[in-house]
Formats: sequence, C-alpha cells, structure tokens
Amino acid sequence: MSNHSEPVHSKEPVIQVSGVKKQYKLGQIGGGTLTADLQSWWARIRGKEDPNLPIGTDTRLFGQTFMALNGVDLTVYKGEALGIIGRNGAGKSTLLKLLSRITAPTEGEIKIKGRIASMLEVGTGFNQEMTGRENIYMNGAILGMTKAEVDSKLDQIIEFSECGDFIDTPVKRYSSGMFVKLAFAVAAHLDSEIMVMDEVLAVGDMKFQQKCLGKMSDVAGQEGRTVLYVSHNMSTIRQLCTRCVVLDKGKVIFDGNVDDAIAVYMDTTDVNVVDYDLREIGRMNTSAGKRLRVERLTFLDKESSVFAAGEPLRIRIDWQVMQHFDAVNLKLNFHYRDSTPIGITHPITLGEAQPGRRYSTVFTVDTSIFSEGQYFFYLDVFERELANAACLDKPAQEFAFEITNMDRTLPEWSSGWGHIHFPPVVVESNEVN
Amino acid sequence: MAKPNEPQWTTVVKPRTGWFDIDLKELWHYRDLVTLFTKRNFAVIYKQTILGPLWILLNPLITTILFNVIFGGIAGLPTEGAPSFLFIMAGNTLWTMFAACINNTANTFVANAGMFGKVYFPRLTIPLSQVLTAAINFFIQFAMFLVFWVFFFFNQETFGHLSMTVWLVYLPVCIIQVMLLGLAVGIIVSSLTTKYRDLAIAVTFGVQLWMYATPVVYSTTSLSNQPILSAIVNLNPMTAPVQAFRMALLGCGSVDPTGLVYSLIVTVVLLAIGVVLFSRIEKTFMDTV
Repeated sequence: MSNHSEPVHSKEPVIQVSGVKKQYKLGQIGGGTLTADLQSWWARIRGKEDPNLPIGTDTRLFGQTFMALNGVDLTVYKGEALGIIGRNGAGKSTLLKLLSRITAPTEGEIKIKGRIASMLEVGTGFNQEMTGRENIYMNGAILGMTKAEVDSKLDQIIEFSECGDFIDTPVKRYSSGMFVKLAFAVAAHLDSEIMVMDEVLAVGDMKFQQKCLGKMSDVAGQEGRTVLYVSHNMSTIRQLCTRCVVLDKGKVIFDGNVDDAIAVYMDTTDVNVVDYDLREIGRMNTSAGKRLRVERLTFLDKESSVFAAGEPLRIRIDWQVMQHFDAVNLKLNFHYRDSTPIGITHPITLGEAQPGRRYSTVFTVDTSIFSEGQYFFYLDVFERELANAACLDKPAQEFAFEITNMDRTLPEWSSGWGHIHFPPVVVESNEVN
Repeated sequence: MAKPNEPQWTTVVKPRTGWFDIDLKELWHYRDLVTLFTKRNFAVIYKQTILGPLWILLNPLITTILFNVIFGGIAGLPTEGAPSFLFIMAGNTLWTMFAACINNTANTFVANAGMFGKVYFPRLTIPLSQVLTAAINFFIQFAMFLVFWVFFFFNQETFGHLSMTVWLVYLPVCIIQVMLLGLAVGIIVSSLTTKYRDLAIAVTFGVQLWMYATPVVYSTTSLSNQPILSAIVNLNPMTAPVQAFRMALLGCGSVDPTGLVYSLIVTVVLLAIGVVLFSRIEKTFMDTV
C-alpha cells in the first residue's frame, strides 16, 4: 500500500527501504555454552538427534521464528518529517533499529543517503563521573560528530540545554530533567542529514518539550533535513509530522497524510469491541472458572469503548454459578498497555450465589480520574474479603477502553504528566496578610 | 533500473555483506570518539582511588618484585647474564600491555550492550580505544623501566652486564605487533563471548596460563633439555617478540629470525580472522545478547 503516498518527483529520496524483513528467533538461541553447541553440531553432522534439545521436540518447532518486520517498503524524501505509528509489537522499534544500523535486516535492503543520527535514547554514553561539557563531546562523538564540529556548536548546545551554570559539574549531580535537556541539546545540534527519534520528546517539562518540538520542526522545515519520528503520542505526531506511516504486524498498512494515518491507527486498536464472550477464553489460574464462570462482559450503551472524560463505564457481566457461595466479590485490575498496573477498584459486592443459577450484574465505574489514553482491565471474581480472598474466576482477557476529550480548560494533556487526573483542588482560605 | 536522478547512496544496509567489511573511512571519521573513549577508560579506572594514576607504575613494579622473589630468588631461574630484576621487568612490561589488550577488549560487546543497542557507531572504536589505553600505560611503564635501566647500567659491576643492541631498530615493530596481536585475540574472544559466555571467564585464566608459556620470567635457554616444553614455547607467537624486546634493551639471550617471521604471520592471520568475526558479529549481536 506504499503507493498511497503521492511520489513527489522533484523531491530527492534519502531513505529507501525495500522488501525489508526482520526475523527473530523465539526461545533460546544457541546452547549458550561452547560445549553444548559443539555437541549439537557434532550430532547434526552425524545425522543423530541433538542431545541438547528437549526429548521428543519437533525440530521444526524448536526455535520458532517471529517476523518483526514482514516486507516493508518505504521511501522517505528529503525535508520530510515522517511519523511512524502502530500498536506495540507492530515493528516500529525494529524498523528504527534497522535504520539506525543497530542490527541488520534478515532480508531486503535499506539505502540511506547522508548521515543518520539516531536518538532511540537520549544521553547514550553519558558518563556520570564526567562533567556536562565532557559529556557533550562524548555524546557528540558517539552520535558521529568530530571534535571540531562539537567545538563549533558548543555554545549553541549549552544555551539550548539551559544548563550553562552547571556545565563544568559532573552530570551525576544533575537532576534528571537537566540530564535530559543536555542530552537532547547535543542530539538536536547534530549536522546529520537524517534524524531518527523514538519518543524522546516525552521528557523534560512542558516548556522544554515544546522547545524540542519546535526545534525538530525547524530541522525538518527550514534546515531541509529529514526527521523520522516514532510516538504513541498523537498530538506530537500531528504537531511535528508532514507524513505518517502506520505499521501493523510488521507491514506498512497506511502511508499518507497524518490525520488519515491516525484514523487508520485507531482502527487497529482494540477499542471497537464492546461485547466479550468469555466462555471459551482461558483463565489466569487453574482453579479459576470452575466453580463460578463469567460468561460475558458488555460495555452498555456503547458502539465502541471510547469514553469522554467523566463518562462512567457501564458494564454488564453474565456469570454462572456451580456451587454455593456466601459472598461473591468482584474487582477490576486496571493497567496500561505495557502492563504497568494502575490500581484496583474497591471490591464490588455481588452477594450470595446459588448453584445452577445464572446471574446478570450491571455496575458503573467512575473514570473521571483517568487522563486521556488507552487503558485495560482484568476481571477478578473472588470470595469473601480482599485480604482473605479465594479466586473464583479470572478470565485471561484484557478489556480495553479509551478516554478522550479532556477538560479543555487545561492545556492539552501531556503524557509526561502521568495518567491520573486529580479532581479539582478546593481552596479553603485565601487571606491577605 | 538506473534512473537518471538515482541518488548517490552513502550507506546500504544489507543482511549479509562481504567477508572483509570494515569501513576504514568511517572509522577514521570517528577518530575523536576513540580518543574520548581512551580518556574515559583512564577516568573510570582511577576514579576514587587514592593513588590514582600512580597505580600504572605500582602495578608492574609490585609484579616485577614478586616475580623476582619467586622465580629469580626461590626458583633461581637463570637470566642469561642480565640483571634478574631488569630481565623480568622487561618481559613483564611487554606482557602487561599484551594481556591488557586482550582482557580489556574481550568483553567489548557484552559490557557495552546497553550503548550498542541504542546508537550506531563503528564498534571497533571500543577495542581500539582499549588498545590505545594499554599502549599509553605501556609507555609510562616503559619510561619507568628506562629509569631502572640507567640505574643498573651504572652499577654493572654489582648486578651484571647490560647493553642495548642494534635490535633497538626493531623495537617499534615489535611493540606495534604485540599490540595488534593482543587486539586480534581480544576481538576474536569478544566476538565469541556474545554467544558463549564461558569464554569471558576463561579468558582471564587463559591469559595467565599463556604468560607461563611465554619466556617472561624465564629464558628459553633454560628449556633446552625439555623438548616438549620448548616446542610449546616456540609455537607461542609471543615468544619471539619478548626475546627481541629483551635482546634490544638488555643485550641478552638470542633472537630467532624465523620465530619473528612466524610471529608476524600469526599476528596478521589472527587479526584478519578477528576483524572478519567482529564485523560479522557487530551487525546482529544485539539480537542475541
């Protein structure tokens, strides 16, 4: 689908990715020790069974492979700010790694014109013991600058970093904010023709973030350099990028203007399901779902599980009971996409349950504390109190929902602010002394 | 399908490349990085030590004294007429550089995995900076050796005969060759340790063993009636350089030109193998670490 973008013939391609595949092996790679590998190799050449494989393993299955990128074609033109978006595991990071030459593709070819500066992390190679100034030289050199180049840009870098007063202090004395500012300043002043960035802008305070975005726009717009930017933050993608690519399952599924790309990306996410059939879904532990089984979960009154801030989640669960329980309770375990836990609800009391019955429960969860973003939860049904709970059912299914449209009286929500939206603070007294 | 406006690509990333794929031009572009890594190596080693860089001198001095007591004093190994202290110090100075080259480059990939996973730069800059670090240490230690040499030279009646010979001309070649041999072995080991972690443990031990197979604390003449041991020592590519080094500075022992040629050939071959292995591993090792 890469022909979606209108090729601008006057433009000069600076990156050409053709048919790139990247394969990763799942499971253990190699024996890990020389003797084990020699044993395996010796067994293979004699046509015997490898002594280091688990007995009876089908060798075709052993070391299953996974295609992180499965045939990517992409041309990037000079002066573009290209956004790369996609769900976790879509292959964004792998693509960036290949472009920044950290690892080589399994198939295909990447042609690059000019120097690439990759910022998959800010401050790579920073040494805690060395001063800010020394680290500028060090980091600059790692990113491909010669000493003379750093010399000529040193003043600009220090000014941009806002760390001027501490530039001769070892960076171990820096606050994390200063550290990041300094690191970004070095990378932003590289002379490379192409810059590759992986969400590094999600750092520092709001003012500095805007400064970074501004700098990046200048780099692409006025200085005619090329920027490749990967982010989950759609607002920075909108702000910075002139073109956007959506990756899904290792392929480019959309290539074109930013707003359409974001729409396509939203379609690949799992907020479209509002009704989950849990009968055949696995359980998180072996005893779960045997004595009591949640069969269905539904987001009520919704076509998609996208909620405006403050809109309550109305959920119905249908559950079947096989044996008598005095006190069935339910809690929801919330987490982010990367599985970081957010918190659990107060136990939701479902009361006494009789064997052989089917129950249908509707409850409402207040979401006003969540900031914009996608969230997930698990269901956890248990008996008695939380402190002394016996798990009854815990389906291995995460339920996704998204919170949008924050209160616009606030500036646009930044991921650097966290994910919890505090209720308004009440001023108790405000006196003039 | 060559288009008229086909751009001049500066980099082409492909799954597999030629055997000898080291971009020397690129490496040269990153020369300042090698210098900075070297500086950092010193900064890291001597940070928060009382004696600081003095350790560069203390280390070989203590080792030399120790070897003197054990091998010269207790075991009474002959030193071909040269003062025992200088004899051992000369061997030890050259050997220390060689061992440092191997030991410090051997963990290149594993120790720098964090950095290598985030940014590309020619990976060879790290081993080169380690060799440079070892070389700087060597010259400092060599200067100390010369100070001792002058002292022993003016006290020849007490300690024994001492003279520099025409082999001094060969000295630069000898030093560079030892550096390159250390680099070669180091990068071979570092490439293999990405897959086989055992080697990281084995290498420190192996280097120590290797020292005893090299005439550092003894002379080859004392092996003349031990055919097997002397065969092993003669197969060792470090034997000839150590002998040449001592011949040049102390005028003792003998130098076998065939041994030197053999040693040079081994160095070139190992270096070629090392560079090939290293350039293959550096492309994909992030997937296996």
